[in-house]
Amino acid sequence: MSAFWSMLQRELVVAYRRRTDLLNPLLFFLMVITLFPMGVTPDMEKLGELSAGILWVAALLATLLSLDMMFRADFDDGTLEQILLSNGVVEWRVLAKMLTHWLVTGLPLTLISPALSLMLALPGRAVPALMLSLGVGTLALSLIGSVGAALTVGLRKGGLLLSLLVMPLFIPVLIFGASAVASAALGLGFKIQLLYICAISLVALALAPWITTVALRISVNQS
Amino acid sequence: MWTWFHKWGSPKWFYQMSWPWSMVLGILALVLLTIGTVWGLVYAPVDYQQGNSYRIIYIHVPTAILAQSCYFMMAVLGTISLVWRMKMADMVLKSIVPFGAVICLLALITGAVWGKPTWGTWWVWDARLTSMLIQLFLYLGVLAIYNVMESQQSADKSAAVLSLVGVINIPIIKYSVNWWNTLHQPATFKLTEKPAMPAEMWIPLLVMVLGTYCFFGSQVLIRTRQEILQRERKTNWVREEVKRLGGVS
Repeated sequence: MSAFWSMLQRELVVAYRRRTDLLNPLLFFLMVITLFPMGVTPDMEKLGELSAGILWVAALLATLLSLDMMFRADFDDGTLEQILLSNGVVEWRVLAKMLTHWLVTGLPLTLISPALSLMLALPGRAVPALMLSLGVGTLALSLIGSVGAALTVGLRKGGLLLSLLVMPLFIPVLIFGASAVASAALGLGFKIQLLYICAISLVALALAPWITTVALRISVNQS
Repeated sequence: MWTWFHKWGSPKWFYQMSWPWSMVLGILALVLLTIGTVWGLVYAPVDYQQGNSYRIIYIHVPTAILAQSCYFMMAVLGTISLVWRMKMADMVLKSIVPFGAVICLLALITGAVWGKPTWGTWWVWDARLTSMLIQLFLYLGVLAIYNVMESQQSADKSAAVLSLVGVINIPIIKYSVNWWNTLHQPATFKLTEKPAMPAEMWIPLLVMVLGTYCFFGSQVLIRTRQEILQRERKTNWVREEVKRLGGVS
């Protein structure tokens, strides 16, 4: 456990020192959102209908974009090898890295999503559903995505392969997330979908640290 | 029994034993597929609702079933490879991937061909179709790993990990889309349910399913044999085998 906390602290400090990296996913999120009114339709009524899906797809893409950074820097300077060789349960440290990823991408995305939902004319009653589903859902994305990030970190051009590997695994989260927001926008309940997202997140929370650690060992041994 | 099982883990034994097995399965596949095709396409009765267009079921359903089982087998082999580190499991897994991808693509294409006359459209974002498409993406992901990773060992292990992770996802996809669909469109497409199907229709279908499984078995064995020769090329028995086959050693 103490390994977890010290690792979390370290990760957060590192993230804070690289503030521009923190902004990138948020800016990407904002820009993708901007593309839809320009590319599809500026009609607020139509946008309102589409907004649930657009917001979720944009959040998913923003998370995907930032995944490659999760282990990259540590792999390049050898820290990752040290982590894997360190005493104690390595999985705790890996989990700390994953949670940090969520804290610096998923959580900010969730927090700014109400502002963007205004731009897309999402009905106000859907905002709680949006924030809840994004909050829990992006955690699942970070956890699932970490497996792909770990598998591809040893490759020079892992980014594209990473999205190919991870995107199919993201689809269930996207389906439930967008569906939760859409049904809330219609004034219906969204509890079922939210519970499903929670279930996916919990399963991912239980399994992802182990699988990611295995994947990291594969990647480190390779080079 | 147990030793028999263990022997399949040895590449040399596998190489020797797979030859008769692949032959038997191949011949069985040829016979079953011929019977099934002729029976299904010529002798099976015309469907009262869909006319003759339903006959693509005899290709579509076997490929769709096989596409699922291929991935499942990959996951099982991935587990074996990660837990017991059997190198044969890696080789078989690698031989299944391209086969599974092609079969999955075939299932999607035949589904589209079937969908056009019955639903009036090539593609619908229906639960089944979407989950099959995702299945194809998963196959392509594993395929990409083999192409990108330089070291054989890490490619094998990564593919095993990915097959395992992917298989967790498959039931999730299947069920999730049920909820997703209730919002978008009612499930009017229940063509794959066949409670009212007469025996003259489903027996040839069963023959086709068995035939495709045999075909799969023989193809995977043949591909694995090639993989064995390639990976074990430094051993003496492979050198002799290659010499015997008339290749350069």
